[in-house]
Amino acid sequence: MNSLSLRTQQQGIRRTLWWLLLMLCGSVAFTVALVPLYDVFCELTGINGKGVNSAQVLQSTGIDQQRNVEVQMVTRTAAGMNWHFSATLSHKAVHPGEIHQMWFRMQNLGRTTGRARAVPSISPAEASNYFLKLECFCFNDQQLAAGEVLEVPVVFQIRSDLPEDLHRLTLAYTLYPQTGP
Amino acid sequence: MTSNSYSSATEHAHEPQLRGLKRWLLTTNHKEIGTLYLIFSLTMFFIGGTMALVIRAELFQPGLQLVQPEFFNQMTTMHGLIMVFGAVMPAFVGLANWMVPLQIGAPDMALPRLNNFSFWLLPLAFSLLLSSLFMEGGGPNFGWTFYAPLSTTYAPPSTNFFILSIHLAGISSILGAINIIATILNMRTPAMKLMDMPLFVWTWLITAFLLLAVMPVLAGVVTMMLLDINFGTSFFNAAGGGDPVLFQHLFWFFGHPEVYIMILPAFGIASMIVPAFARKRLFGYRSMVYATASIAILSFVVWAHHMFTVGLPLAAQLFFMYATMLIAVPTGVKVFNWVATLFHGSISFEVPMLFTLAFIVQFTIGGLSGVMLAIVPADYQYHDTYFVVAHFHYVLVPGAVFAIIAGVYYWLPKWTGYYPDETLGRWHFWLSVIGVNLTFFPMHFSGLAGMPRRIPDYALQFADFNLLSSLGGFLFGLSQLLLVWVVVRCVRGGKPAPDNPWEGAEGLEWTVPSPAPLHTFSTPPEFIPERDSPSRA
Ligand SMILES: [Cu+2]
Repeated sequence: MNSLSLRTQQQGIRRTLWWLLLMLCGSVAFTVALVPLYDVFCELTGINGKGVNSAQVLQSTGIDQQRNVEVQMVTRTAAGMNWHFSATLSHKAVHPGEIHQMWFRMQNLGRTTGRARAVPSISPAEASNYFLKLECFCFNDQQLAAGEVLEVPVVFQIRSDLPEDLHRLTLAYTLYPQTGP
Repeated sequence: MTSNSYSSATEHAHEPQLRGLKRWLLTTNHKEIGTLYLIFSLTMFFIGGTMALVIRAELFQPGLQLVQPEFFNQMTTMHGLIMVFGAVMPAFVGLANWMVPLQIGAPDMALPRLNNFSFWLLPLAFSLLLSSLFMEGGGPNFGWTFYAPLSTTYAPPSTNFFILSIHLAGISSILGAINIIATILNMRTPAMKLMDMPLFVWTWLITAFLLLAVMPVLAGVVTMMLLDINFGTSFFNAAGGGDPVLFQHLFWFFGHPEVYIMILPAFGIASMIVPAFARKRLFGYRSMVYATASIAILSFVVWAHHMFTVGLPLAAQLFFMYATMLIAVPTGVKVFNWVATLFHGSISFEVPMLFTLAFIVQFTIGGLSGVMLAIVPADYQYHDTYFVVAHFHYVLVPGAVFAIIAGVYYWLPKWTGYYPDETLGRWHFWLSVIGVNLTFFPMHFSGLAGMPRRIPDYALQFADFNLLSSLGGFLFGLSQLLLVWVVVRCVRGGKPAPDNPWEGAEGLEWTVPSPAPLHTFSTPPEFIPERDSPSRA
């Protein structure tokens, strides 16, 4: 192979390398963007059942007296957490549009002061965008001294445009220990 | 790059010939690096295979006999990781190193030094990974899919080494892919257009792009794990506002294209061997190329079929179900083309052809169980059972591994200058076919009957199927020693092979002497598309 065509070949390889590196940067950037994209996507569609993590605004679209939706309350504590955590009411029938308040009771059964946070999950997931938390203990950490008992509320409204085929929602809270500031 | 590096592809021809260990450590020759990759892959195949036999020995009968559940989990995890990243992928890269330059008439790979570096990353990565087995708390035990939080919150302390080794293997794959693309796009002999390339080259070109697209995602996932474990972030930790399901989305966004990375080059090998032994040109060359490209593109939009049971919305389940089924169309085109190539051919059944025909049949079985798994309501039943294990082993072992072995038998005469022993090869083939089907076919039934994956003990009603699988596993595993024997004998001597050892084989690799000298095609070979192109009329 003469040196001229070899040189054009090497230039070609160099050009290919540049745009392959560019492609690689593209896939790296895409990877980095995947996490925020996922969060935004989930928040818009509610498909991971997490709902919104701050107080939402009341919707005054009227109360649908004809419809009854059962809201179930489920609580659990993360593995290894020595706290007691329960809902005072296990389920409640509500009309879409109504505002309700539910109480939860937590007690630190350990011997030291501890801090915990409840992480909510709503299922079926497509209901999560219709379940509005106007006030929730899950927005903040709870700190309890040894043996201390605390009753905490959640104030919620189910939007009256909840899809027709949904008759029962489950609101599940998992209590996780919190460390750090 | 320095100004005189344009001659880098050929300059090593003038370097003094190094000897011994140094020669292999420092080699930049595509044939020697190809050999290194293949030897490495074979070693990993036996290490991962030994782990599989530990698993099968434990599952030989119900109850806990040989190993503790904790160790059993490490065996399933390591077996998967080693076979995927250490055996199958490097075997294809090794074949690409050896054959791509020979098939396109190039003197070497485009970046020979980088080539050396990408190979030597692998032994490092896998020594690290294997060493974690001996660390406090044991090696990875969370399954080869390393789902969080199993692999973060509940992982053994050695997980950081696992993460590092995945990073190293990933970098090796990315560099290898870059090298292969640069070679194929720039170093073809003049007159060889893209549509004149052998299909092994085509499938590898597409595979290399897949690697470039998804390996960074894998690197991203393990980096997030690293941050979650060591630096208190909460990407996958629900307690801190993260989402464990995100892990599965990211992992399978890498994972599904990864399964095609492990099968597309196998399609390429089959598309070389079927025409050679049917003594006909490949039927539907163009449709083969388009089918490969469509499979690659579709592979990006089907990942959630691994996650039907996490609670996806109905619309998403439907989308991923139909998209997955759609892949059966281009795959069917390929199988159709191979069969059409066989049709009216004058077929002879040398060992490479036997392995290729078995590949086509057995891969199709694996493809069909894949379509069954794509059906959402059926998947609820099959999920995490041995049916899934049967499915992916059918596409990977009687599928990809058989194609690799077929390629080895097909190209061995070119590598060593001798034919592989035909009688031993036949023994190897028949024992492998019987062993592999005896291992994996009963798993369909134990899975349908409800036996879950990744358990060291099981209910009595699965005993008979497991007994068969274990017997088959040992038969298949031990018969691979025959492969080693065949290869060693073939290196030492045998029936001398001419330049083109197979009557119907076509391609530039058969125009160089057997064994191929260290340096070939220092001047580009003559290539007349009307006479030499696999796509000619
Ligand atoms: Cu998949």
